Amino acid sequence: MKSNQTPIANFFPRDRSWHPKAYTPDYKTSVLRSPSRALIAFGNSLSETTGPAFGHDMIGPLDNDLVLNFASPGMSAIGERVIVQGRVLDERGQPVPNVLVEFWQANAGGRYRHKKDGYLAPLDPNFGGCGRTLSGDDGAFAFRTIRPGPYPWPNGPNDWRPAHIHFSVFGHGFAQRLITQMYFEGDPLIPRCPIVRTINDPKAIDQLTARLDMNASAPMDALAYRFDIVLRGSRSTLFENRLEGN
Amino acid sequence: MVTPITPPLYPLKESPSQTAGPYVHIGLTPNFCGIPGVYATDLGATMVGDNTKGERITLEGRVIDGGGNPLKDALVEIWQADADGIYKTRAEPGFSGWGRAPADGETGIFRFETIKPGRVAFPDGRLQAPHINVWIVARGINLGLNTRIYFEDEAEANAGDPVLARIEHRDRVPTLIARGGAGKYSHDIHLQGPQETVFFDI
Repeated sequence: MKSNQTPIANFFPRDRSWHPKAYTPDYKTSVLRSPSRALIAFGNSLSETTGPAFGHDMIGPLDNDLVLNFASPGMSAIGERVIVQGRVLDERGQPVPNVLVEFWQANAGGRYRHKKDGYLAPLDPNFGGCGRTLSGDDGAFAFRTIRPGPYPWPNGPNDWRPAHIHFSVFGHGFAQRLITQMYFEGDPLIPRCPIVRTINDPKAIDQLTARLDMNASAPMDALAYRFDIVLRGSRSTLFENRLEGN
Repeated sequence: MVTPITPPLYPLKESPSQTAGPYVHIGLTPNFCGIPGVYATDLGATMVGDNTKGERITLEGRVIDGGGNPLKDALVEIWQADADGIYKTRAEPGFSGWGRAPADGETGIFRFETIKPGRVAFPDGRLQAPHINVWIVARGINLGLNTRIYFEDEAEANAGDPVLARIEHRDRVPTLIARGGAGKYSHDIHLQGPQETVFFDI
């Protein structure tokens, strides 16, 4: 059968000089995993401008609290407690409401809860390492966690990842789908990391570096970091199936 | 008709991508990954229910690197129309059109139980052939890869598909077409090499 769904406007083209290139040989795993043929472009159809929606009813009360969401009753994760908060915006600076933001990270010692991570640092029995939330009507999101530790990884002979939190973000269109990483202001490992350095422009790296935000901290509980996420914008914004701005 | 764009234009840059890394399954499919109890189920693991309209299909495949080895740390998401060619853009019960599958840790196989999508119009009104939109992330992939999966048994529709028609090197078209029929399809995605899959800049 065929659809008569109304198309919406195209997303702005992705600035592929701002993103990392696919082939970045200093990050060795990219060598065999980078497409070598040119990408093929075409104007967006509904297949690209629509995307899945997620409801607040699927989010549990501890989903945005990694300090508690894997901990035994009365226990909590070990480490420097931090609140990460920010907004999901589009390239036009408009909030992107009601989108799913997921995050995952190593524990305070730099160890992931994964059978393939054999780093010396111990697992924390009260830390799982994953969480999620939905952005609010103003695009805002927040979660509490512990600051992850840096860790060595097999790339060069002595490469270390800076402390980082992985982010997965949905927009309102599948072509906005994005995975990235958040770094912490002042970490001396940031400019030394081959994965960070897949990004060419220092301003782009700066965009992934969260800032300490004392006003958002919780006294006697947690420091706060500010991290805004920007998704692709479009000539029109699809919002609750209504076209806005046209 | 020319539609004016409300200023300011482009005040912000899209957040630059970084690789999903080797442990993307911790974040996106924690139950699969041995982290139970945080979420009741892994999102996107079940796409169809008893009442979902349409032809049930199973879609299996692997993401294969330039050395011929399947990726065991990949994550694949799909987005598709329902049987009537409608994309479900509201959170509501029933078929959502979105699925998420981890590559198996031993075989690298990803698997979706879904329905064959209906046809969706291109902006110029031509009908696209039934297709599934695919997004792939993994360690070593710096920016998520977009591709599509079409169906071998839709040859007539595929021949008129406006996106497949954009592919200048016609010998690459089969890299987007899942093999099979009667509800079972398989489709390997090659990141490099002579069979390199077509990836899109959408």
